[in-house]
Amino acid sequence: MLEIKNLHAAVDGTEILKGLSLEINAGETHAIMGPNGSGKSTLSYVLAGRDGYKVTKGEILYKGQNLLDLSPEERAGEGVFLAFQYPVEIPGVANTIFLKEALNAVRRHRGEEELDAMAVLKVVREKTKELGISEDMLKRAVNVGFSGGEKKRNEVLQMAVLNPSLAILDETDSGLDIDALKIVADGVNALRAPDRATLVITHYQRLLDHIVPDKVHVLAKGRIQRSGGKALALELEKNGYAEFAEAAA
Amino acid sequence: MSQKINPVENFVSGFEAIRATLAGNDLPWLDSLRRSGIGQFEDIGLPGPKVESWKYTRLRPLEDTTFRPVTLADREAYIDQVPTVLPSGLGCPRIVFVNGFMRSDLSCLDNLTEGVTVESLGAAVARDPEWVETHLGRIGSLEGQPLVALNTAMMNSGVVVHVRRGVVVEQPIQMIFIAGLTEEPVACYPRNLIVMEEASQATLVKLHAGLGVSAYLANAVTEVDVGDAAILRHYRVQSENMQATHLGSLHVRIGRDATYDGFGLHIGGRLSRTEVFARLEGEGGHCALNGAYLMKGREHCDNTTVIEHAVPHTTCSEVFKGILDDESRGVFQGRIVVHKDAQGTDGHQLSNVLLLSDKAEMDAKPELEIYADDVKCSHGATTGQLDETALFYLRSRGIPEALARNLLIQSFVAGALDEIKCDAVREAMMSKVVHWLPAKCFLAEEWTEE
Repeated sequence: MLEIKNLHAAVDGTEILKGLSLEINAGETHAIMGPNGSGKSTLSYVLAGRDGYKVTKGEILYKGQNLLDLSPEERAGEGVFLAFQYPVEIPGVANTIFLKEALNAVRRHRGEEELDAMAVLKVVREKTKELGISEDMLKRAVNVGFSGGEKKRNEVLQMAVLNPSLAILDETDSGLDIDALKIVADGVNALRAPDRATLVITHYQRLLDHIVPDKVHVLAKGRIQRSGGKALALELEKNGYAEFAEAAA
Repeated sequence: MSQKINPVENFVSGFEAIRATLAGNDLPWLDSLRRSGIGQFEDIGLPGPKVESWKYTRLRPLEDTTFRPVTLADREAYIDQVPTVLPSGLGCPRIVFVNGFMRSDLSCLDNLTEGVTVESLGAAVARDPEWVETHLGRIGSLEGQPLVALNTAMMNSGVVVHVRRGVVVEQPIQMIFIAGLTEEPVACYPRNLIVMEEASQATLVKLHAGLGVSAYLANAVTEVDVGDAAILRHYRVQSENMQATHLGSLHVRIGRDATYDGFGLHIGGRLSRTEVFARLEGEGGHCALNGAYLMKGREHCDNTTVIEHAVPHTTCSEVFKGILDDESRGVFQGRIVVHKDAQGTDGHQLSNVLLLSDKAEMDAKPELEIYADDVKCSHGATTGQLDETALFYLRSRGIPEALARNLLIQSFVAGALDEIKCDAVREAMMSKVVHWLPAKCFLAEEWTEE
């Protein structure tokens, strides 16, 4: 599904990722853990195609094609979804309109017929029910005045509606209480399927109690320092990241 | 067209040439009002950069183009379809002017509520000159206002709206001015008079629409008297053509417990300046002056407002949102004056501008002039660019860049349009905004459903 080879990326001329390699197969859930400043968010933005994140070396293959050739909207159309660490507020645009535009843009890209407002609303309502999200969140402007938990739930709702092949969750657990965390985790787990993959980026092990990964990677100093199974996360929780900070130094 | 001319001389000789044909030329009071207008104009001349309030706006088109006054023949221009703000299906009454003259065949004033008069200035002067004399020129001062003075000399058309005491008009009334359909540059001088008697209510929608491509000057003056406890919702759309010069000034008197709620949408015109002078003269009065402007090419749009709080316990609010693309230029000058006795004044002003191009330019000048000590006044002015993070967020959800930009622009402008209390007008204005947007936008219909 996703193959990252020797990725180097810079922001404002500073190299953040320094030779990161990673392979995720369909049906798998991987977790990337790492200390602050290790390059976790840079990786998620590079995958989603944000301007200003310059790949200087290496390549990313997604479903066999060069992901870096695609614009952010093309990536979304191809099934890449990034749940933001800090979802953006967009005053004046109702959530329903946003979801309709996004869903239809993605459907156009996939060669599917566009849905009218009623059909979109039906899909969205179904998903809100499944995710236990209150419907009045739909009428409000995108993320405006939402609590931290509501914003993250809104990300999961968008993910459910857009139905991606590769979901990347960037610190989706930050700032969530345990109930919100469960809702978000349930949403992510509901999407797990043999033809999909999930990349969970987090600082803490807690989220991984609810979204159980197949593989855990430690990212520090711009590279994957160690990979292992679920147990690696528990080990990190116990010992912290100090070991990797030194190892990379 | 490009050689230097003497504009003041031209305007004055234009006045002499048409004086005998102007409305009410047999009425001594009107003739003397016109003469004092042209006299003032001749004395002061066109406002130039040395005048502080004209620092950011130069009247170049008036310096190198001779505009002849419109004549009756210009009225007969062929209009295929009357441009409107509100959809014609709503059946709102309308009064239509073409090149400065009223066209009864395009107007529709049959269904007016009883107690409301809507007619052209010429008709009002002919029907009830005494009433017009007691109201005309009473709110818009000529002093130091050369453009008001020029309009006062030349005024030959425009709308007179008179809403009697206690009358509530449900349906919005549209005032439509069509221009740009002459072979050589022309000037027209609409003069509007709106008198809302005590406890009356009405919604007026004014449209200046430029058809065709010829240059013209619209020098409009509107005087508004909002009587005690009356409510006027006054919504304006300026959609002049790319060659047009639009110089409008609006003079409002607001009585006790009265509300003047004004909104201006500016989406076209080579050079435009809209001045609003509002004076709160009775306790409990409220004045809202809101607006949005969307400019491209080399268009220049100037909104200059002065709100005076003359008595205690009055409120005002201003929200202006601007979108400037290409090499366009925006000016916002907002002054709030709180007189010595006007304790308990509450005034808020906001100007936000998005620059879509490196070559676009904005000048914002908020001014609070406060002589009372117990007041709440604030102002804020920002100029920025489209939020790159928001743009990326939308694109990461599959929304193409052009559409994402449009969505953010619409969202930004909506911050001003939300101030419009009348749903039909707000929706109509949003659809005008959507049509302005650079690329085809898929959002038009749903947007208005919300």
